[in-house]
Formats: sequence, C-alpha cells, structure tokens
Amino acid sequence: MNSLGSPRPRKDAAGWQQDVKSIGWWAEHAAIIGLIGLSIVFTSLSPVFLTAGNIQSILVAASILIVLTVGQSFVILSDGIDLSVAATMTLGVIAFGMAYAQGAGLLVSMLAAIAASSVIGILNGVLVAKGRITDFIVTLGTLSVASGLALVLSDGKPISITSIELINFSTHGVLIFGNPFIVAAAVAIIAHVVLFRTRFGTHLFATGGSKEAAQATGISTARIKIAVYTISGVLAGVAAILLVARVGASEPAANTTFLLNSVAAVVLGGVSLTGGRGSIFGPIVGALLLTVLTNGLTLMNVSQFYQPLAVGVVVILAALLSRFQK
Amino acid sequence: MTTTATTSIVDVQDVSLAFGSVKALQDVSLTLAAGEITALVGDNGAGKSTLVRCISGIHKPQSGTISFEGKPVHFRSPEDAREAGIETVHQNLALVDDLTVWQNLFLNREITRGIGPIRFLDRKAMKEAADRMVSNLAVNVPAVKSKVRRLSGGQRQAVSICRAAGFSSKLVIMDEPTAALGVQETAKVEALILKLRDDGHSVLLISHNFSQVMRLSDQVWVMRAGRCVAGRRTIETTGDEIVSLITGSREK
Repeated sequence: MNSLGSPRPRKDAAGWQQDVKSIGWWAEHAAIIGLIGLSIVFTSLSPVFLTAGNIQSILVAASILIVLTVGQSFVILSDGIDLSVAATMTLGVIAFGMAYAQGAGLLVSMLAAIAASSVIGILNGVLVAKGRITDFIVTLGTLSVASGLALVLSDGKPISITSIELINFSTHGVLIFGNPFIVAAAVAIIAHVVLFRTRFGTHLFATGGSKEAAQATGISTARIKIAVYTISGVLAGVAAILLVARVGASEPAANTTFLLNSVAAVVLGGVSLTGGRGSIFGPIVGALLLTVLTNGLTLMNVSQFYQPLAVGVVVILAALLSRFQK
Repeated sequence: MTTTATTSIVDVQDVSLAFGSVKALQDVSLTLAAGEITALVGDNGAGKSTLVRCISGIHKPQSGTISFEGKPVHFRSPEDAREAGIETVHQNLALVDDLTVWQNLFLNREITRGIGPIRFLDRKAMKEAADRMVSNLAVNVPAVKSKVRRLSGGQRQAVSICRAAGFSSKLVIMDEPTAALGVQETAKVEALILKLRDDGHSVLLISHNFSQVMRLSDQVWVMRAGRCVAGRRTIETTGDEIVSLITGSREK
C-alpha cells in the first residue's frame, strides 16, 4: 500500500557502519582516502614529506592544477570535456609573454593572458552549443589550434620574464600558504558558491544531469554550455599567469601533463563523467592527491619517468572504483 | 457535438498545421471547459500531441486561432504559455535525477535573494515552499530533500504533477501521465488528477487508457487523422462508442 508514500528511513549509527562496509562508500570518498593513504605512506618513507616546507611546496605546486581542475569540473559537470584546457593555458602564457615583451605592464600582460584564453573558451562553447559538434571533437580541435597558435606567435622561442613583483608574488604567502595557492583556493571557493548557491549552478547540474528535462523547464542548455567553456577558458588564463610566475618565462611548451591531470583530478574527485553529479571539493582533493603522488615519488628519488605511469594507474583505479558509486 | 454550459478556458478554432506535405492538424475546433478534466483521445498519429504542442506554445498553428481565457493567444515559446498559466506534465517524466525534489520543483523558477545582479539561491525559502506544495497535494509525495533518483515512478509523476500544479497554473496538460506506472501507482496518480480539478485547475488529459478516460474526464474529444471528429460529455457516452469513434466505424 505504501509503495508511493513511505519516506526512506533516516540514517542511524548502524546505517553509517554499513555504509563504511559498502564499496560505494569507498568509491565516493576515493580521493580523500587516497590522499590520506598516500600521505601516510610517504610520511613513513621520507622524513621530509610531512614538514611545513614540503607541504608549502606541495600546495604551491598544486595551485595551477587546482585552477585548471576547477574549470574542467564545470565542463564535465555539464556533460562535456575540455581537452583544450592545457593548450589554452599555453596560449595564455604566450599572450602574456608577447604583451610583456612589447613593454606592457604586468597588469596588461595578465589581462592579455586571460583574454587570449577566454577566446578559445568562448570558441569551444559556441562550437559545442551552436555548431552541435561533440565536445570531444571540438576541444580536440582547439587543443591543436591553441598549441599551434602558441608556436606560431612565439616562433617556438621562450621569452624570459624578469619581474620582481612576479617573483615576490610566487615566493611569498601567508603562513604555509603561498600566494599561488591562495589564488587557487579563492578560485575554488568562488566556484563552489557559484555551483551550489546560484541559479546558474543549479541549471548547470540540470543540463549535465538531463538535458531534456532542463530544456523542458525552459533552461537554455546552449547558454550553459557556452558559459562553462568560457569559465574553463578564463581559468586557463588565470593558470597561465600562475605558470608564468612560477617558471619566470613564457614558453610554448605542450603542457600535456596538465590536461591529463585535470581530467584525472575530476575523475578522482568523484564527478560523474556523464555530468550532473559531483562537487568542487572532490576534484581539488584529486588535484592535491596527484601532486602529492609526484612530490612523494620525487622525494624518494624515483625516476621522473615513473610519474606518468603512477598517475595513470591511480586514475584507472579511481575510474574502476567510480563504477560502484551510488 | 455537445457543447458545454460552463465557461471555456481554451478555445481552439479551425486550427491547421502541416509539416511539409503531412497535414498534422486540419481545421481542428474544440473547447476545454474551466475547472473540468477534458480528455483527448485518438490513435497514434491522430494529431493529439501536435494539438497539445500548439496549446503549450511549442508549435505555432498555420491557421486558425487558439484562445485562452477568452482572448486569442500567440505563444512564441513554452515560456509564454507557462507565463499565461499553462503547464505541461511530460510523458517522459522530465525530472533531473540527481537533483532533489525541491530543486526539481523550483527548476528555472528558483527563489533568489541578493542585491542587484548578485543573487544567491534562497534554499530555505524554496524548501519550505516545496514542503507546502507537497503537503497541499497530500498524495504520497516524498520528503523534498531526497534526490529524485531514489523515487519510484509514481512518486516521480507526483512530483511532476506537483510542479505543474504549483505556481498558480490554470491549465495542466498531461500527456499519458500513467503510461509508465503500475496498477497501484496509477490509482494514486489518478486520485491526484481528480484532486487537481477539485482545487480548481483545468486539466487536459491525453490517454490511451479508455477506462481511465471514463473514470476521470468530464468531456472527451476524439481525434482521427488530424481532425477532431467528435466530442462527448463523458457521462453520456460509453467506452465502446469512443472506440468506434476513434477507429472511424462511427461518425459524429
């Protein structure tokens, strides 16, 4: 009789214990469990790992990936994928370098980086939404376009950027939080508020969860798509600034590791690859996990060649686990 | 044809619509009385859905007029129709699984607060209003904080109907509202439809289920091959007569 009416029983203590035993619980918390587990392993293997200095450098090293991951999360939550994110960042880096070499100030150079990356983002969004081409193909195309443009514009040569302000920015901070990490954290907090406290965020989840249902309620899913790719582009520009500040130069490098790691962090963070379900906190923990992995392997003097291998294994394990998500 | 004594909420006059050479609707005229459940029946491809899409603003008739509450209307989009007070419950249960009941109820009608263009969701207000909407309907709607994914087919349909009935809608269009449901759930959703009428909503019901049409409706319109071929007061007709009108073995 109560097939319709009965509400699900509330979780009690016993229910929670049962949760811990289910593989779904592990799958949903894969990133944070992995982060804690890896930290324990590296702490026991290396005396340096759990020092303030090393934690500080991990957080700074993670900041670029966190910013890119936030953009990637918006796109994947809307049931898309942005393969161009790292190439877009590289184009932003080159735009920064060219503006700076022309004698523009830091602020103008930063704006140039964000503007160049945003153009690629908007292009992605318009092609996906209005051109009705699959996200995968569009962003694979713009990946090539952006990295090609970066090479053409820079003539394949790096431009060194010697700015006291930039060096001060990337080497200072508050307590153990370096400035680049503070920027990344601010981006993450704003992203969380936008996702969970605004109409746009709800509409993004609806678009990713069920495009038809979203459209039936009058939501313009095309506008949402353009918006998420634009956000991803703008954040790639922010990441470009952080990268220039860290490297002290504008290089037309491929940066493919950033692309793979941004997707990997989102998967690790429990975001559904078909959209509509996930958070910002999860992918950030995913990004931290990947950075800790690299950092720990370096501390243990494992050859750099093993790092992509380790990242790949972790990501595939996470994807396998995510199949068990509720 | 039998005319109704009550005032009409929707008046369709000589509406035609063709897709290329396919005449989907030909000079269709019918009325929906205010405060009644009107059923629209007909075989697949008879034009029921096309007509409903004209009323709900998805299609534009090529000729003829549609009046809503006595005034001719020209909806350019489903939003126009929704603003006028016409809500549609979709056949494919158009809810977002990974959002909660209250988020679905308020989807694209979110309550926000803030200053100027900077606006944030007023989640508390929406949850409270959703609770009220759900308890007003009284029929078997689950806790508003649960995700729609966890609901049964009947519960989902209840949420869909709740969404359509809320927001002071005047006409609720239902396209096969019980097609995907089991026997018990169908009975509960039917009770919900009757309650909608008792609360003063007009209902347009598309159904293939003749016994359901006979149980729920006050007026039946029959469509065949793009034309509205007959209208009957439900109380004055029988399921057999409706079937013969649909198949064309009996005219008018």
